[in-house]
Amino acid sequence: MVSALKWSKPLLGDVLVILFGLIFVSYLFKSLWHNEQAAKLQIRLGDKIYATFSLDQNRNIDIQGPLGVTRIVIANGKARFASSPCPNQYCVHQGWLSHKGQAAICLPNQVSLELLGAKKPFDSLNY
Amino acid sequence: MTKFQKKKFIEIQTTADDHRVAKLAAFAIGLHLIEAFLPSPLPGVKPGLANIVTLFVLYRFDFATAAWVSFLRVFASSLLLGNFLSPTFALSLSGAVLSLAALFFAQNLPRRYFSAVTLSVFAAFAHMVGQLLVVRVWLIPNAGIAYLIPIFMAAALMFGVVNGLLTNYLLRINPAKLDEDKG
Repeated sequence: MVSALKWSKPLLGDVLVILFGLIFVSYLFKSLWHNEQAAKLQIRLGDKIYATFSLDQNRNIDIQGPLGVTRIVIANGKARFASSPCPNQYCVHQGWLSHKGQAAICLPNQVSLELLGAKKPFDSLNY
Repeated sequence: MTKFQKKKFIEIQTTADDHRVAKLAAFAIGLHLIEAFLPSPLPGVKPGLANIVTLFVLYRFDFATAAWVSFLRVFASSLLLGNFLSPTFALSLSGAVLSLAALFFAQNLPRRYFSAVTLSVFAAFAHMVGQLLVVRVWLIPNAGIAYLIPIFMAAALMFGVVNGLLTNYLLRINPAKLDEDKG
């Protein structure tokens, strides 16, 4: 059966494209599938950093945005939008964030959360 | 039919090209429909067999014909499946637009080194990107989908290679122009 199929010989370009595809996909797995626990929560309001909190505490944070008060909860090393005045509630439905690099954004009220690791890889470089 | 009777109908002048596009689109629609009934482990992970037809047409005819076949396939399949203008249709359409854009650029690659496999992989990746854009902008506007992106892209690569090989095979066993014997 297989011998009846006249497969063409693989071409150099095809092999390279497949290789680059594999590298690309494994890079995606590596960058999006890490399980590193986050240590800090950075909250942005509009285009400014509102505050950065340690996740090593239990705390409620209320932020006044353009639409109203957004409540963010930190508990047991995780963080979430607990309530938001936005109409679609996407941010609240996203639930708990716990891994480094995870983010939740509430566009209507301009509040966003980002979880950071213990330290950012390069904060500054000096020569 | 008398002249009087004939006047009552709108007659659309069709050319041989139109018939060819319709015939090829019918193949693509058939594959699309078969695929729609196949169970899928994740919504969005599909072999994309209809893309084989698009690639075949691109090689045997030209880009414009391939674009026609692709868009007819998207619109007709959605009408047949009953999801015209639904999110599924939007995903299908954005995927088709982006994969045609990828093919538009990739078709100029030297044929000596790049076969349908390359074009198929590019088209599959572009198709995924198109769908993910719609998902991100319209359907699930939070970052929660990010965890699935690697799986989607891995599937796109795998099915892209398989479809490309199948297209190569089809091109090989159909060296004659399709329109000469069937048009």
